[in-house]
Amino acid sequence: MSKTIWVLVEIENGKAARSSLEVLGKAAQLGRAEAIVLGSAAAEVAPTLGEFGAEKVYVHADAIYDNYLTLPAVDTISDLLKQHQPALLMLATTYDLRDIAARLNVRNTMGLITDATDLAFAGDTLQVTVPWGGENVVTATHPQQGSGIVLTRPKAFGVENFAGRNAEIETLSPALNAESQKIKILDRVDVPSEGPALEDASVIVSGGRGLGKADNFHLVEELATSLGGAAGATRAIVDAGWLPYSYQIGQTGKTVKPTLYVACGISGAIQHLAGMKGSKYIIAINKDEHAPIFSVADLGVIGDAITILPQLTQEVKRRKTH
Amino acid sequence: MKIYVCVKQIPDPNTVVSKLDPNTKRLVRSGVSLVLDPGDESTISAAIKLRDTVGNSEVTAVSMGPASAQEAMRRALAMGVDRAILVTDPALAGSDALGTARVLAAILQKESPDLVFCSTESTDGYTGMVPGSIAEFLNLPQLTFAREINVEGAKAIIKRVTLTGYQTVECPLPVVVTIASGSFEAIYPTMKGIMGAKKKPFTQLTLADLAIDPSQVGETGARERVATIGKAEARAAGQIIKDDGNSAQAIADFLQRYQLI
Repeated sequence: MSKTIWVLVEIENGKAARSSLEVLGKAAQLGRAEAIVLGSAAAEVAPTLGEFGAEKVYVHADAIYDNYLTLPAVDTISDLLKQHQPALLMLATTYDLRDIAARLNVRNTMGLITDATDLAFAGDTLQVTVPWGGENVVTATHPQQGSGIVLTRPKAFGVENFAGRNAEIETLSPALNAESQKIKILDRVDVPSEGPALEDASVIVSGGRGLGKADNFHLVEELATSLGGAAGATRAIVDAGWLPYSYQIGQTGKTVKPTLYVACGISGAIQHLAGMKGSKYIIAINKDEHAPIFSVADLGVIGDAITILPQLTQEVKRRKTH
Repeated sequence: MKIYVCVKQIPDPNTVVSKLDPNTKRLVRSGVSLVLDPGDESTISAAIKLRDTVGNSEVTAVSMGPASAQEAMRRALAMGVDRAILVTDPALAGSDALGTARVLAAILQKESPDLVFCSTESTDGYTGMVPGSIAEFLNLPQLTFAREINVEGAKAIIKRVTLTGYQTVECPLPVVVTIASGSFEAIYPTMKGIMGAKKKPFTQLTLADLAIDPSQVGETGARERVATIGKAEARAAGQIIKDDGNSAQAIADFLQRYQLI
């Protein structure tokens, strides 16, 4: 019998978030995919989910989920989990879904695996693939009994199309707990950034500790501009306060898959590799020949990024005009 | 106000390449240089800053770890934390996020905190699941990915990082807050801080002190199992060159070969 897999679908600007649709498609390949969608736009989003793989959608169209973070969603899903026993609950790794997953894991004693890039059932046993650094890959499993949770790495799967599939819609009417209306969103501010967004850029040049100091980061930005790309950073230099969090590429921060990734002064910590290993071409510049980043590089240059970057920017500009 | 910071000792991310032990299937933590998680240094600094702004408050660092974690706690104290509590027990080895959160929550439960700070995730495990789990165990709300925190009366208000900017989010106290990496500059311990740390209260507990059943934590209590550790599909071996002054040319050649410029 095919397994039932639930996917919590996040709403973004009134539509199903792409990251959630990727997870839904994967769930539909593994078994019977059922979606949960909560929020004021849920009723409009629900009927669109069939063609992305959902056989059934649980819907609660209520603005409470838009105005109060985490707790109302945890209440609703937790109750639903007590009525049904899906084999698995899958979620994309996003800010809000991480928070929900952590609480559900405790409340329903589920078992939780993060950062998955693949999943498969071998009989009744779920096998989850979790990359570990540049070299290892771990296969993890959930307990045999009860539902488990898997958070998947962004962009691990493509969006799948299940043309003609119509999802059965079940409208939920959970009792809303006033005690759970605590984490209130007062306002939302978008900070526009210059150039292409990191997630969409086809070229990314990023910098790490090997740049020496924050004042050298402009070298990274200049190469990015000359290549028509975006600039990114490692967690180490974001931690050091050189750049805002929006630049961070890695397991937290952003997962990117550009055509070209140029890593400058980046050693290649697991945290960072997790966010960029899927890039088509990787060029690494680092002084330390043993840096793990070289194990994923198509072209590795053992040298000082601070010296090479300005030369390279100039050379790129020269070749572009000839 | 009683402010608590959950911290962790980890292999130094700046010098140690993380390895998995093929036998225990755990992260190798012995024989390597161990430090207070640099993310936690930033989080501790956020707590100290808030303590000093609010006044009449104390910051306590709490952790679960082997005996070696005493060093990390001393560093927290040297940075300006007022008290430290460390749970050490052989039964804790191999704990998952749920087990870790269960232990930290048990400490906090006894302490009646107003605020619990955590880093968004540790720099070695990265699951980011412990803070939300602690909050659930304590039946407290959670404010996550904070890059700015203010306390006004009985409410905490944070600026919360999002993919496209930030949200302003408020919540009544007590609450668990996670700090987005890089949001607060880490305090560097002074000599006076290091000397003073030795006189500060440092409590060490075992599972029995917390009345936790050992079967609920450690490897026995973990709800997940690492089945195998394999080699990742390697990318085709790349070309590695030593910079001889012409690297810019070599890189530009590569870019042109693959039509990237």
